[in-house]
Amino acid sequence: MTFPLQDLLAILPELIVIGTACLILALDPILGADKKDILAWLTLGALAMCMGLPSSHLTGQTYAFSNLVVIDSYGAFWKLLLYIVTGLTVLLSLAYLKAERLSIGEYYGFILLALVGMMVMVSGADLLTIYLGTELMSLSLYVMAGLKRTEARSLEASAKYFVLGAFSSGVLLYGISLLFGLAGSTRLSVIAEAITTHGTANPMLSLALVLLAVGFGFKLAVVPFHMWTPDVYQGAPTSVTAFMAVASKAASFGAFLRVFVEGLGGASADWSVLFTIICLATLALGNLVAIVQTSIKRMLAYSSIAHAGYALIGVVVAARHSGEGTSSGFASVLLYIAVYSFMTLGAFALVGMLRKEGQESENIEDYAGLAKREPLAAFFMLVFLVSLAGIPPTAGFIGKFYIFMAAVNGGMTWLAVVAVIFAAISAFYYLRIVMVMYMREPEGAAAAHSRLETSPALSFVLACALAGVVFLGLFPNGLWSLATHAAPLLK
Amino acid sequence: MTSFPWLSLIVFFPLIGAVLCFLVKAESSRWVALGFTVGNFLISLPLWWLFDSSTANMQFVERASWISSPPVNYSLGMDGISFPLVLMTTFLMPFCVTVSWTAIEKRVQLFMSMLLVMEAAMVGVFVALDFVLFYVFWEVMLIPMYLLIGVWGGPNRLYAAIKFFLYTLAGSLLLLVAILALYFQGGHTFDILELSRGTYGASLQMWLFLAFFAAFAVKVPMFPFHTWLPDAHVEAPTAGSVILASVLLKMGTYGFLRFTLPMLPDATVAFTKPMIALSIVAIIYGAYMALAQSDIKKLIAYSSVSHMGFVTLGIFVLNIQGIEGAVMQMVNHGITTGGLFLCVGIIYERTHSRQILDNTGLAGPMPRYAMFLMIFALSSLGLPGTNSFVGEFLVLAGTFVWSQFATAFAALGVILAAAYILWLMQRVVFGTPAPAHRAHLLDLNARETATLVPLIVLVFVLGIFPNPLLTRMHASVTNLLNAQKAPAYATAPQQPALPQPAATMAAMSSSSSEQAAAR
Repeated sequence: MTFPLQDLLAILPELIVIGTACLILALDPILGADKKDILAWLTLGALAMCMGLPSSHLTGQTYAFSNLVVIDSYGAFWKLLLYIVTGLTVLLSLAYLKAERLSIGEYYGFILLALVGMMVMVSGADLLTIYLGTELMSLSLYVMAGLKRTEARSLEASAKYFVLGAFSSGVLLYGISLLFGLAGSTRLSVIAEAITTHGTANPMLSLALVLLAVGFGFKLAVVPFHMWTPDVYQGAPTSVTAFMAVASKAASFGAFLRVFVEGLGGASADWSVLFTIICLATLALGNLVAIVQTSIKRMLAYSSIAHAGYALIGVVVAARHSGEGTSSGFASVLLYIAVYSFMTLGAFALVGMLRKEGQESENIEDYAGLAKREPLAAFFMLVFLVSLAGIPPTAGFIGKFYIFMAAVNGGMTWLAVVAVIFAAISAFYYLRIVMVMYMREPEGAAAAHSRLETSPALSFVLACALAGVVFLGLFPNGLWSLATHAAPLLK
Repeated sequence: MTSFPWLSLIVFFPLIGAVLCFLVKAESSRWVALGFTVGNFLISLPLWWLFDSSTANMQFVERASWISSPPVNYSLGMDGISFPLVLMTTFLMPFCVTVSWTAIEKRVQLFMSMLLVMEAAMVGVFVALDFVLFYVFWEVMLIPMYLLIGVWGGPNRLYAAIKFFLYTLAGSLLLLVAILALYFQGGHTFDILELSRGTYGASLQMWLFLAFFAAFAVKVPMFPFHTWLPDAHVEAPTAGSVILASVLLKMGTYGFLRFTLPMLPDATVAFTKPMIALSIVAIIYGAYMALAQSDIKKLIAYSSVSHMGFVTLGIFVLNIQGIEGAVMQMVNHGITTGGLFLCVGIIYERTHSRQILDNTGLAGPMPRYAMFLMIFALSSLGLPGTNSFVGEFLVLAGTFVWSQFATAFAALGVILAAAYILWLMQRVVFGTPAPAHRAHLLDLNARETATLVPLIVLVFVLGIFPNPLLTRMHASVTNLLNAQKAPAYATAPQQPALPQPAATMAAMSSSSSEQAAAR
């Protein structure tokens, strides 16, 4: 088997990232403990190179490696988002690892390996490619979740994540094998053809759909496959949590949409019902359980579950109604996840760096009186929370606006009404943090108050996240045209 | 018409001040806020003369594309209905700053900044001509208001703040869905004027009416959605109460006038009876609740429920006296109740109690204060010669045309208002002076006098010469009623302006001012 140069050029970004990952793993033992920062800058350099690559392939679809991989504007959208959030995560990690006194060089290697997995996921044209990407991402994340080796909770998170993740991968693989049995191939295009010719009235197909939905449900962290999320998000180092909540979710949505639309689009009438139920359950449980959390990391975990529910509205609407509404439905999902990434990353960055006596201030109570001690940090948090609640003029509002718009356009106004009711409920728990920050005084000794451990890298991350949230809230045109440009290729 | 961007200037000028407040010391931030609120009033003042009262068209229109797909425009404009409300807002804001001058001691910069953000958002709501833009302004003010109540409020402020926030948000999110539904039914536009020209099916109108109602009725607040109001009013700092009572409540009734009536004419007619019934219940229930209060602020809060009942009553009787009376009453309530809240804030700063029984017999130690309070109180009960009389009289006249029976019940509210206000005055102003330290109460200082006098002047000016304001809103209200009636005669060509009610109104308003002048 030979690899023509064209194919290699098509996956040049993946090659750059994986090459850098290997370089980092090789350099790590050589560098002294105080020089690990170099690895972070190397990572950022690789990301910058990937972003700088010519994007002339944004139009049309290019297949590579005998149709295993596809390069198109849809994948490019996700990759661009992944580069940005990975870059911000690396900068956040620079500050976070120092504060946690973790000097682990391979950390950055794992981030890049996970990134390659995600990039493969969003550009896979074959179920097996996508599966391989998912595994690469997940395995790297299992390790990263357990990086705080001395902390039992981190190890527990890693183990839990691994067991449930491995289980869900198994289910996913089972679904893939059933589809292979039906269509004789794991190529998405071939599966799509098989569904068109043979129809959807096949119990085996339904079973495969359910298994794939379960497998992707775990990765997307939607109800009822969300059980691992709060524990893992809470136990993992916060920079890793941010990476999981944002990048892993984005990549999972990217792969999920591609599989279910490009491959299983013919059976959308079947799976859209399934996902309508999942969507409702996710909205309800995510938003309701978030109310009672006392740990901000757990609250944000449930909030990220709930946000996946909002994004699913766009998927369901687009799947049920072909025609003009479809592409705007998918585009609204892409826009929503992009917007979600900025606000969630910003919130987690603050959570990781607000510290009390060297420890992360994880309890919501630790935020009491923050507006007085750290007015700027409290203001940033306020903006992120307001955006998460979907209140204008932030990006969160724009995201919800397009999602609800797609729902009303698709004739599912009732779903939009249910979603706005839960949006109002969600405002309660987001505002509770605002209340604690602005309207309460801390109890206990003055020395034990949490403060923000600032560093240039962290300031940059926060500034970027804030700029993203505010800018996209005021001028969403650019992102929306990117999203609409990327979305129609799905049909 | 002028091409100068007056409205953008009025909306965004306070925001500059809001940023500036953070950059200066606490002491200077008060001056910054005062400068920017006074400046904004001065900027908006020329509009009084530039405003063309002969046309119902939007004036000072600005338009620019904001979101290209779906087409959301940054379009602003003003007609005879929004015009008085904008001027009222910019007029009142400087007094919110001066009354907070010494009352707010902690985090002054944030407070002043939030006041300025509120001003921008409130003016934005009244001048937005794009439904999404309107919604954005409508929601933007939730956060500053939440902070105003929650950070600087009374003992139970956390509960009041979140209750205010969630009530308003839940209602307005349903409005968002309705806006989107209108977009797809109304020719793929968010332009308020174009949407107002469209016609919509009967059942769609019913649903949209209910969604609009959820948003606007909570804000007004109409019975039975009023329960957030007493909590929010009582806990909010004085400036917050003034903003709430004078401007925020008007957004609900403005919403009815700007959106519900022109866009959903059939549903409006269908829901007239329940809406009027709710208004009358609010008038009487609010008045009865006010009678039972021992907290001055809570009493005024319930009186607001009652007074806003008159506004919604005037809107839904759907005739020119009713609606002009409603707009008039919106402005009057803003001035009078704003003045009452300012008075309560001033006395609270001295006695640290809002209880009626802790603040009795103020006429002795504080004669000037007592006089001002009395004037606002008499205005609140609608004494002829004061501003509220004009509005309430017009509303009742409009209701009389609709149903004499309803008028009888609504008029009961006026009588009850006299009861609770006079009883309040009897205790607070003329009661036996409370404990000894009350004797040391200082009368109004120059700053406080300067805060109240302009409002007092307006109470009499609008009470005796309401016509300059009425003529400015006349064309728009007539146009609104014509548009409202048009779908009922869908087959007939454009209806000419109905001359008869207009003439009645002119006669009535002039006679009312004559009456007032006679006293």
